[in-house]
Amino acid sequence: MTGISAYGTSIPLRRIKVEEIAKQWGDNPENIKNGLRVKEKTVRNHDEDSATLAVEASREAIKTNQINAKQIEAVYVGSESPPYAVKPTAGIVAEAVGATPNLTGADLEFACKAGTAGIQAAIGMIKSNEIDKALVIGTDTSQSSPNNALEYSAGCGAGALVLDKQGEIAEIKKTTSYTTDTPDFWRKAHKEFPDHGGRFTGKPAYFKHVINSTKNLLEQTGKDKEEFDYFIFHQPNGKFPLKAAKKLEIPKEKVEPGLVTPKIGNTYSAATFLGLSNVLDRAKPGQEILLTSYGSGAGSDSFWIKMKQQPENKLEKKKPEKTLEDKINRKKYVDYGTYASYMNKLKEVY
Amino acid sequence: MRDVVIIGTGQTKFGEKWEKSLKALMAEAGVKAVKNSKIKGEEIDALYTGCMASGRLVGQEHIGALVADQVGLNPIPSTRVEAACASGGTALRTAYLSIKSGEHDLVVAGGGEKMVDVPTERVNYALGGAGDQETEIFNGATFAALYALMARKHMEKYGTTEKQLAEVSVKNHENGAKNPYAQYQREISVESVMNSPEIASPLKLFDCSPITDGAASVVLTTKEKAEEKGKDYIEIKASAQASDTLNLANRKSITEIKATQQASRKAYEQSGIKPEQVDFAEVHDCFTIAEILAMEDLGFYEKGEAAKAVEQGKTKLEGELPINPSGGLKAKGHPVGATGIAQAIEAYKQLTGKAKERQIENPKTALTHNIGGTGATAVVHMFQKPSKEE
Amino acid sequence: MQEAIPLNWRKYPERYRLEGTHCEECGQDFYPKKNICPNCRRKGKLEDKQMPREGKIISYSKVKASHKDFKDETPYYVALIELKNGVTIFSQVVDSLDNEVEIGAEVEKVFRKLNDKKYGVIAYSHKFRVKK
Repeated sequence: MTGISAYGTSIPLRRIKVEEIAKQWGDNPENIKNGLRVKEKTVRNHDEDSATLAVEASREAIKTNQINAKQIEAVYVGSESPPYAVKPTAGIVAEAVGATPNLTGADLEFACKAGTAGIQAAIGMIKSNEIDKALVIGTDTSQSSPNNALEYSAGCGAGALVLDKQGEIAEIKKTTSYTTDTPDFWRKAHKEFPDHGGRFTGKPAYFKHVINSTKNLLEQTGKDKEEFDYFIFHQPNGKFPLKAAKKLEIPKEKVEPGLVTPKIGNTYSAATFLGLSNVLDRAKPGQEILLTSYGSGAGSDSFWIKMKQQPENKLEKKKPEKTLEDKINRKKYVDYGTYASYMNKLKEVY
Repeated sequence: MRDVVIIGTGQTKFGEKWEKSLKALMAEAGVKAVKNSKIKGEEIDALYTGCMASGRLVGQEHIGALVADQVGLNPIPSTRVEAACASGGTALRTAYLSIKSGEHDLVVAGGGEKMVDVPTERVNYALGGAGDQETEIFNGATFAALYALMARKHMEKYGTTEKQLAEVSVKNHENGAKNPYAQYQREISVESVMNSPEIASPLKLFDCSPITDGAASVVLTTKEKAEEKGKDYIEIKASAQASDTLNLANRKSITEIKATQQASRKAYEQSGIKPEQVDFAEVHDCFTIAEILAMEDLGFYEKGEAAKAVEQGKTKLEGELPINPSGGLKAKGHPVGATGIAQAIEAYKQLTGKAKERQIENPKTALTHNIGGTGATAVVHMFQKPSKEE
Repeated sequence: MQEAIPLNWRKYPERYRLEGTHCEECGQDFYPKKNICPNCRRKGKLEDKQMPREGKIISYSKVKASHKDFKDETPYYVALIELKNGVTIFSQVVDSLDNEVEIGAEVEKVFRKLNDKKYGVIAYSHKFRVKK
């Protein structure tokens, strides 16, 4: 079998409120908050990037479960904001956690579902007996153009999972996907900020893939929606997952624990990892989770995850000391100028 | 063993010297020293020059060759000595050793630095070379920050206050105002120090020595030769040097500079002069806290007592132990390579009665103290007015 | 000023993982790494050892005038931190709320960017933050 034996998260300390951004551009903050269901988002500091967040999340997973880093045989990092266009974050993470040199690694790109693509790659390596343990990370410090709707939601964060044959926390029982060529959101190679198709990003993009991928999973496994305790959907804002839930006729109580975007913004490749972590922080042995990611361009990966049967107190010990909620609650607000400076929106002229 | 003496000195004014290059400054100080020593160029056997960061500041290395060339003294041997901010003091020591050992009879020890040509950030980067590049500067240390760490610990351990540190600056400016060669010849108040912009808490702008251009030279020879020439001179009764870890983190304590303690102990032994017999001292006040540490590490005051002594005016010109009568690095300026030499010049002027407005009454002994980095090098010299034999 | 690439690369174990040296002979830990044991010199038997990642602040300073490389994050805190094994290390202290940085505060290591000049390799290293 293949499963999750450790998980970790990392989000920056700083936040910016919707009101602060709205003030800058003369928008109505209440409209934004109601429209997007986002209150505030994470802002990285000058010394943070998707690599540092990835390392911190990985370290938490490794430390909590006392994993011997030298036993990690693959590191996959999914991100759309890697520090280098060419030079893999996977190498930096592998060195930082002490897993080098007898392992494989790669960076993956598929917009917000790059991380879950990494999970699938790891599952392939483990199930085929090539390796025993893999470290998979979804991490982003995404850019958004000033005075663009994306500014309100593009956040920063990282989630890490250690996958192996033991699945000490949960088993990944099945994965399905739904992939097309859909131009809803993109960033060309030398551009600083991404572009998107406005309302086109809804039905033909997010909803079509999330819903079809989820349906694929239910069909192929023969499972009933009611059997799942939690649903985690990719969350570009606080609204889409609830809408998807409605379309699939899933009660919103099962979706809310996995929905963290309202408080930290859309963490792109980390979003489903962080949603999953928030669920794992409270999930009990034997409970079942359905996770569907979404990456623009476009595609969705779905996973059927089942918590390992074990005494509850044993499970609790495998969870990080600090929950994601603890980290969400520890914060420092910045103003727009500081935010723009941190996110390198102010360009230096050489 | 031979007795080594200083028979003359020369220096440029310290400050922002836009029109003068490093070469010009070095030449000016050297020529003045030779003139004041009443010697001829032909009598000089060798040159030793302290210069810390000419490479990073003006893109020039090979300073030994540069100086000999500039003052028309080819082909005598000319060597650059580098020990960060203690370059001047170690150049003096090297010159001293060359005569003591019998190798040379008359040498010139100088020092200089050209700092204002590059923007302040570049200067700070250059000065960073005095610390541990890989673990201090790389991680965001500035020199002010490193001394600030020492200051804060000293404040926590002994109750030293920011106001007491400010008094050091005020006193040094009082003295500098009387020194025509000093960069700053104006007095300042405790209030102005306390209100100056913070550089690295708790140190503020006026707790820090400035960026300065300048050069200084002294002529050393044997006591015999000096007597022959009938020139007034001061005796070098001791020259001592000690080292410690390059970085601050690996020191055994950050509220003392052990290298100072070790070098001064040797100097006291060598000279037979005890701390309480020292009439005045020129110490390395790159930051106000450094003067406090020096006063304690040199054995003048008990640990934790120096700040009070400053507050009580004990180290003023008229006090029981004048410290930095020249104005110190703070008011006189700190052209890094020149500082150790400039301290010796003050010793010479005071002991030969040439300090004019700053003259201390009848001093017989003087101590100079020069530090590199945060205390990785310490050089201490002891000078004495020759006793007149009737 | 860009540090030489090979120099930074050699220091990855020290900077990324706080790897130092342990001398079997005198039993002491050292950071940064040593080529010669300062106590035993040639008699020393050195091996790599990871330093603990937690400690407490011995002294600190808020830097307000910094090198150009650190202009973006000024003001920032630097500190001398005593790790749990007694080794002292110089590092920045980040992500603290007001008044959290003080002598005696417990801190933990984090992995951060030190330097990201436009044309060059990004330098990552250790920083610390107050444990909360």
